[in-house]
Amino acid sequence: MAKTILPIGPYHPLQEEPEFFTLTVEGERITDIDVRVGYNHRGIEKLSESKTFDQSTFVIERICGICSTSHPFAFTRAVEDIFPMEVPERAQYIRTIIAEGERIHSHLLWLGLAGHFLGYNTVFMWAWKLREEILDVMEILSGNRNNYAMFRPGGVRRDIKPEDIPAALRRIDSIVPTLEMLKNAVIDDPVLHARTKGVGVLSKADSIRYSAVGPTARASGVARDLRKNCPYGAYDKVEWNMIVTQNGDVFDKAVVRILETFESIKIIKTCLDHLPEGEIDANITSVPPGEGIGHIEAPRGETFHYVRSDGTNRPVRHKVRAPTFMNLPTFKATIVGETLADATIILAAIDPCYCCTERMAVRDETGRTLLHGPDLVRLSQEKTERIRREMGAEPR
Amino acid sequence: MGMKLSALLKSPWVFHLSTGSCNNCDIEVLDCLTPRFDIERFGMLLAGSIKHADVLLITGSCNRQSAERLKRLYDSVPKPCLVVAIGECAMSRGMFIDSYNCPLPLDHIIPVDAYIPGCPPKPEAIIAGAVQLIEKVGAAT
Repeated sequence: MAKTILPIGPYHPLQEEPEFFTLTVEGERITDIDVRVGYNHRGIEKLSESKTFDQSTFVIERICGICSTSHPFAFTRAVEDIFPMEVPERAQYIRTIIAEGERIHSHLLWLGLAGHFLGYNTVFMWAWKLREEILDVMEILSGNRNNYAMFRPGGVRRDIKPEDIPAALRRIDSIVPTLEMLKNAVIDDPVLHARTKGVGVLSKADSIRYSAVGPTARASGVARDLRKNCPYGAYDKVEWNMIVTQNGDVFDKAVVRILETFESIKIIKTCLDHLPEGEIDANITSVPPGEGIGHIEAPRGETFHYVRSDGTNRPVRHKVRAPTFMNLPTFKATIVGETLADATIILAAIDPCYCCTERMAVRDETGRTLLHGPDLVRLSQEKTERIRREMGAEPR
Repeated sequence: MGMKLSALLKSPWVFHLSTGSCNNCDIEVLDCLTPRFDIERFGMLLAGSIKHADVLLITGSCNRQSAERLKRLYDSVPKPCLVVAIGECAMSRGMFIDSYNCPLPLDHIIPVDAYIPGCPPKPEAIIAGAVQLIEKVGAAT
């Protein structure tokens, strides 16, 4: 049968962010896929290196609006790893609460979008309605719906006021029955079974081979969760379970995420109930020279930050690796052989976040780096100046 | 032109375009459609194609990749059409103003009719901005 190449993107209604998929199809079957990202690149690593350690967290928060806790969390852990130092216990608990709140809203957001991609808008509306309640909780605790600005190297910026805790707990309790209803509706729905069971299967072997992370890996039977395997924050002080399923299809990925929201609710409630007294910030004034790594379990998987310091108030190198960078290549294993109608949900099943992923390096086929950071910055500045000129702006 | 523009105001269909944002504004735009805010009761619908759109909602800091594409895209929208810049990045590039990859602010690339500030703007702010824009255009035509 003749091959057809089907371009999707970069600006398309399927996903919120711009990205470009090239699907090769034979009739209805997808035989190959290519993904091009880079439409969201904003030069965050470079910007972060031009700011002080304290200011950097604000830029890093804006790597991604949904992971606006994960990235600062990993970054602050990387900076603390340079010392290495201990963060006050109360700060650890507050960090855990904010990170888990983010996990709940991120998973609900994905569930809603997944329903939307399947043409099942009821799930979309229900999930996003529930998500609003969680955003209210976050607003009570941190002062904003997204972009919480709670993290700083050495601790947290703001305390959780004791008088806010009952209101937050009440709201969290109020969503549990509805969430339970939604969980049963999704897990028992014959329509969703028909659309997602056995679709886009990522086998355990493939998951390990592609180094998938987060719920994508856990749905394939790989029991890997940094919160359990190398605990940070307050995760080793509270009771919770790692959710692992075995089939690796889209349905299992949904199940992992739904069940994880319940675990997150459990963690938040325990942390709020047992919030220890004490300082919230170690008040670090300078960062010694050295290098540090910080990795945490974001809603989408392991987020990894590397920071190098030369003893001044700015990082000399800051490297970000987002979970989608690892999960994106699994498309090769999941989508090939499936029908075009299922492409939308399979492409969404890893919960892709392209603005997290937009870092850059140029390599040849053997993996040798052709252009290094400074080359890229120079090339980039030249091109930016050319575009500014062509569009009639004053030269800088 | 004036009459055509006022005809859009009963039920403006919006097209949402991210030009390199952090996702947050995009999600708040989508949030407006969901039950708590339900902007559809004002007749606003998210359109899947630029050809169906009356209002462009633009988020993000307009990086190099999107600056050129945005210009092409704006040329292919049926006119008249209104442009709303959502969020700090689309207004002034926000904290990405020093980035090597964000050459120009949005309003240097295409004309913008309304700005909604915030990082990200709350859904309430987005709805208020849309309503103000409709009232203003309605009063002028």
